[in-house]
Amino acid sequence: MTTALRRYPVLVALCIAALFMIVPFAIVAVNAVKSPTEYAQNGPLSLPEGLYLDGIKDFWERVDFGQKLVNSVLISGAVAVLAVVLSVLNAYAIGIGRIKGRTWVLAFFVLANMLPQEALVYPIYYLSKEAGLYDTRLSVIIVFTVIQAAFGTYLLSSVLSRFPREIIEAARIDGANKWQVLWRIVVPVSRPTIGVLLVFFFIWTWNEFLLPLVMLISNDNQTVSVALGVLQGQRLMDATMTNAAALLGVLPALVFFLVFQRTLTRGIAAGAVK
Amino acid sequence: MTVTVERGGRVTGKHDPTGNPRRRPRDSYALFLLPGVLAFLTVIVVPFLMNTGVSFTDWEGVGSPDWTGLANYRELLDDSEFWASFRHSLFMVVAMAAVPTAIGLVLAAALFDYVGKHFGSRVAAVLRACFYLPQVLPIAVAGIVWSWILAPENGTLNELLAAVGLSSWQRDWLGDPDLALYSVMGVMVWVQIGFPLVVFMAGLQRVDPQLYEAAELDGAGWWRRFWHITLPQIRPETYVVLTWCSIAALKVFGAVYVLTKGGPGGATNVPSYFSFTTFFEKTQVGYGAAISTVLTVIILALSLIGLKLQTRAEDEEEGTRA
Repeated sequence: MTTALRRYPVLVALCIAALFMIVPFAIVAVNAVKSPTEYAQNGPLSLPEGLYLDGIKDFWERVDFGQKLVNSVLISGAVAVLAVVLSVLNAYAIGIGRIKGRTWVLAFFVLANMLPQEALVYPIYYLSKEAGLYDTRLSVIIVFTVIQAAFGTYLLSSVLSRFPREIIEAARIDGANKWQVLWRIVVPVSRPTIGVLLVFFFIWTWNEFLLPLVMLISNDNQTVSVALGVLQGQRLMDATMTNAAALLGVLPALVFFLVFQRTLTRGIAAGAVK
Repeated sequence: MTVTVERGGRVTGKHDPTGNPRRRPRDSYALFLLPGVLAFLTVIVVPFLMNTGVSFTDWEGVGSPDWTGLANYRELLDDSEFWASFRHSLFMVVAMAAVPTAIGLVLAAALFDYVGKHFGSRVAAVLRACFYLPQVLPIAVAGIVWSWILAPENGTLNELLAAVGLSSWQRDWLGDPDLALYSVMGVMVWVQIGFPLVVFMAGLQRVDPQLYEAAELDGAGWWRRFWHITLPQIRPETYVVLTWCSIAALKVFGAVYVLTKGGPGGATNVPSYFSFTTFFEKTQVGYGAAISTVLTVIILALSLIGLKLQTRAEDEEEGTRA
C-alpha cells in the first residue's frame, strides 16, 4: 500500500513535465481558431468561443501555402530517395565490397557529415549561381542528397559489414553479378534500415533552414520552413496570423510524427550507437 | 572488358604478377563508390576548400579575391563580436547538451525502470512521445510558436503570470538584452530534450536486469541504483549524446534567426548567425569564411574527442563484461 502511494507522485511529476512539453502546441491550436477581435478582448488564455477558420484561410492564401507544401514534399521526397540510393551504393562498396582503404573512405564520409553548413554555404551559393542553378529546387535537392547520404553511408556501412557473407557467396556461385546481388539480395534484406533512412532523410530535409533560406529566394520555390521563418523574421504578422502560421507549420510535423513514431524512436537509437 | 583492363594495369603496375586471385573482384567494388565520391567532391570537398581558401583573402563576392594571408584571423582575435558569439555558443552547449543530457538521464531511468515497470510500457511510450515531439518540429516553426508565447504584449507567458497575480514578473523575454539569451536557452532545452531521452531509453534496454534485481535485494534505493548501475552502464550513449548535442549547439542557426535575429544588440549572436550576416548582409565574404573556418575546426576537434571517449567507454564496458 505504501509503495503504491509512493509511486504516484513520480508518475504525476512526469505527467506534468510531459504536459509542459505539449502545452505550446495546444495553445497554438486554441488561438489559431480565434477571431482577431476575440483575441484582442480575451487574450491568449481563454478558450475559443467558436471555430473561426478565416484566419487560417487568409494566411493560406496570402503566402500560397499550398505551393510551399508542394515544394517541401517535392524536395524532401526527392532527397530521401536519391540520398538512400547514394548511401546504398557507397555502403555496398564499403561494407560488403570491403574495398581497400575503406576505413579512410568511411572517415571521410563521417567528417563530411560533421562539417557545419556555414563552411559550405557561400561557395555553394556562388557555384550554383555560376551553374545557373541558383533559386531552383533542383540545387537544394542535389546539395541535401549529398549531405544526407553522408550519414546514410555511415549507418548502412556498419549494418552491411555484418551482412551474412554466405548468402552473397552463394549468389555469386549461382552466377549473379554484383548488380544483381545488390538489388536482389542486399537491398531487400536491408529494407528495415533503408526504411528508417527514408523517413529520417525526409523529415530532416523538411526541417532544414539555413541552406534553403540562402538558396530559395523566390516565393514559388520556398519550402514551408523557409517561408514561415522569413515571415516571422520580418515581424509583419499579427497574433492571429502568427498562430495560423504556427498551426500550419506544426500540422505536417505532427502527421509525420504520428505516422512514423516507431521508426523514428528506433532509428535514433540505431543511429546514435552504431 | 573491364577485367582485362584491370588485369593489364595490375600486371604492369606491380612486381607481383601472380598476386592474390581474390583481390581483383574485390577491388572492382570501387566502381560503386564512384557516384558517391564525385558527388561529395562537388558538393562538399570543393566548396569547403574554396571556403577555407577565401578565408585568407579580402573578397566582396564579386571580382577576384585579394590575398591577405592571416589578416582576417588576426582581425577576429580583436573582434569583440566574434568572442561574444563564441561565448554565447558555450551557453548554447549548456542549454542543448549539458542540461538535456542530465534531465534526459533522470527521465529515461524514471520512465524505464519506474513507470515502465509499475504502470506498463505503454504509459512509458506515450510519455516518451510527448517529450520527443518538439524534435520533429521544424526549428523555424518552433521559433514562431515560442516568439509568440514570449511576446511582451499579449504573449501567453506574460498573460499567464498576470493571471496568477505575478504581474511584476512580466518581462520582454526576447527583447531585453539581459534576458534574451536565457530565453533562447529555455526554448532550446525544450527543443532538445527528446533526443537524449530516446537514446538513453534504448540504451537501458541492453542493461542486464539482474544487476537491478541484485541491487534491489541488497536494499539499494532508486537513486543509488541510478548512480551505481544506470550511469556507468550507459556511459557510451552518454558520450555520443553529449558530442552530438554539443555539435548541434555550435551549429545553432534557425532558432536564433527566427527568435531574435542575434539581438537585441548582439546579445544572442552565435557564430553561425554571425558568419551568415557577414556573408550575406555585410558581404565581407573573406571574413565570414574565416569565422566559419574557426567554427569548423572547433567542431571537428570536438567530434574527435567525442569519438575517442565513446570508443574508450565501449572498450571498458567490454572489458568488464569479459
